[in-house]
Amino acid sequence: MAQVILKNVTKKFGKTEVIHGVTCDIRDGEFVVILGPSGCGKSTLLRMVAGLEEVTTGDVLIGDRVVNRLEPAERDIAMVFQNYALYPHMTVYNNMAYGLKIRGMDKKEIEDRVLRAARILELSELLQRKPRELSGGQRQRVAMGRCIVRQPKVFLFDEPLSNLDAKLRVQMRLEIRKLHEDLKVTSIFVTHDQVEAMTLGDRLVVMDQGYAAQIGTPLEVYEKPASTFVAGFIGSPSMNFLAVRLSADGRRVEHSGITGLALPGAEFTSHGGQEVVLGIRPEHFEFTPEAEAVMRLHVDHSEILGADTLVYGHFGEDETSLTIRLPAVHHLEKNTVLPLRALSKNLHLFEKESGNRIPSSMS
Amino acid sequence: MVEHRPWLTFLTHAMLLLGMGIIIFPIYVTFVASTHTVEEIATRFPLLPGSHLVENYIKALSLGPRDVGTTVGQMMLNSLIMALGITFGKITISLLAAFAIVYFRFRFRLFFFWLIFITLMLPVEVRILPTYKVAADLKLLNSYTGLILPLIASATATFLFRQFFMTVPDELCEALRIDGGGPIRFFFDILLPMSRTSIAALFVILFIYGWNQYLWPLLITSQESYYTVLIGIKRMLDVGEGQAEWHIIMASTMLAMIPPVLVVVFMQKQFIRGMTETEK
Repeated sequence: MAQVILKNVTKKFGKTEVIHGVTCDIRDGEFVVILGPSGCGKSTLLRMVAGLEEVTTGDVLIGDRVVNRLEPAERDIAMVFQNYALYPHMTVYNNMAYGLKIRGMDKKEIEDRVLRAARILELSELLQRKPRELSGGQRQRVAMGRCIVRQPKVFLFDEPLSNLDAKLRVQMRLEIRKLHEDLKVTSIFVTHDQVEAMTLGDRLVVMDQGYAAQIGTPLEVYEKPASTFVAGFIGSPSMNFLAVRLSADGRRVEHSGITGLALPGAEFTSHGGQEVVLGIRPEHFEFTPEAEAVMRLHVDHSEILGADTLVYGHFGEDETSLTIRLPAVHHLEKNTVLPLRALSKNLHLFEKESGNRIPSSMS
Repeated sequence: MVEHRPWLTFLTHAMLLLGMGIIIFPIYVTFVASTHTVEEIATRFPLLPGSHLVENYIKALSLGPRDVGTTVGQMMLNSLIMALGITFGKITISLLAAFAIVYFRFRFRLFFFWLIFITLMLPVEVRILPTYKVAADLKLLNSYTGLILPLIASATATFLFRQFFMTVPDELCEALRIDGGGPIRFFFDILLPMSRTSIAALFVILFIYGWNQYLWPLLITSQESYYTVLIGIKRMLDVGEGQAEWHIIMASTMLAMIPPVLVVVFMQKQFIRGMTETEK
């Protein structure tokens, strides 16, 4: 087991730079999820840790060793691929044993390790089958078994669940989490699915166009997103962004449809009088008596999901559109007016130009 | 689809039987001729097999026809050596060439690929004179090496394997690198077993191609002991004023047909699998 440290890592393919310097410390035994939309460089980052891509500048450390120039096999890592990459002509047993055989391990030891891994992953019955005779979930488990038997310092997962159907994905997610709790091997998991990221990760690295937009625990990322990108990417439906102006004293927002909205942490004096972006998550709106309403939403349509109801509507003079999520079932007619409020602790302010979070002067 | 049209069924079957008859009849005639004495064939051609089957075949295999100077057995052996040599040589070289072109990055890779590809357009006959000159200078006339070597490169097979290798997911190669294997292991442990069906299919095609080579063996062999069976049969016909030994010729023809037929029959399953599916 080992820590993994990325020091200002960059990657160029030809002349285009795709990773612009990522720095990240992954502690021993930690489960870190790299999250981002397609093309943000998250897989490339993982492949650099694996040694499948060369690092252009910067350093990758596994344990205390700089591994930039080491072959994947010498880095003491194991990787699960999106399409599993099982050797199609080998049985499950041989798939798991192959890496150990190459390393010239003793036959008895190989058998012990494979059988133990098979037991953990409930593959004992399937050892003599070929990959094509297995279901998606079973293949996934074999791919994980191939990693476990190696007893590596680091597990790398490259979107391993995206080829599974929704139900199986949830199940495998739990199994991966459980496996990590049992083995406590440092793990890096790449995904574009925020639910996987939130549930699996001890910490998240949210990537945007080759930058690490935010590194933090799932809750930190959810509660204090560092930028409009992170705020919009985490959470579903995504956060509402409203263009507003801060009052000169930085205590209130000015918007034609908003009255008396209390801001978090008292004041934002540094940005007083400026155009800013106000972010409110759909789930953070509440019904309120007409007298206390901060805004009035004109319903356009609603979607009843059972556990809760999504309401799409608009408010204010410029008919700013807004999505809100109300617990339980509500049957709402078009053009119903909903008086709403939002708690100040659930408000986020971002700079208009850069999209960066504006820290409140109190917090 | 369920169809109940007896006429259609009758018609399709009749067509198929007719087609089969057209193909089988010449072979049947050959077979019948190989079971009679030459006098019987020459006077009034019989339509039923005669009683000299064993005698004719043994004579062909062990004594050989007059004027040729070697036995059909020897010529069959030569053909077999040549066909197998060409087949294995072609498969080995194409596999290696395709492996290099798909998995290694080297200077002028595309150039070499196109160079190989372009040779697809040049059949043996086009380059036969220079090839003969080279073979003669290398003293390969009248040798098995001479029969096999010039025919051993195959653009078609290289191209086929290249296409197959390109469908092998890159992750397999990466998984192997993480498992600690190098290119040689990747080739022998992963690619080769995965190409098994394609190799089997190619084996059938190339064996028949090798067995049916005519022009090149004709040029390069002048000693009877290196004749292939196809040349032998042609030689048997060149009797000038004399009477061709039709019964022996027909027996030799039947014998010459056997190996390709056996290869097709025994490898049919793999052949079809190789043409239709890949193991993934």
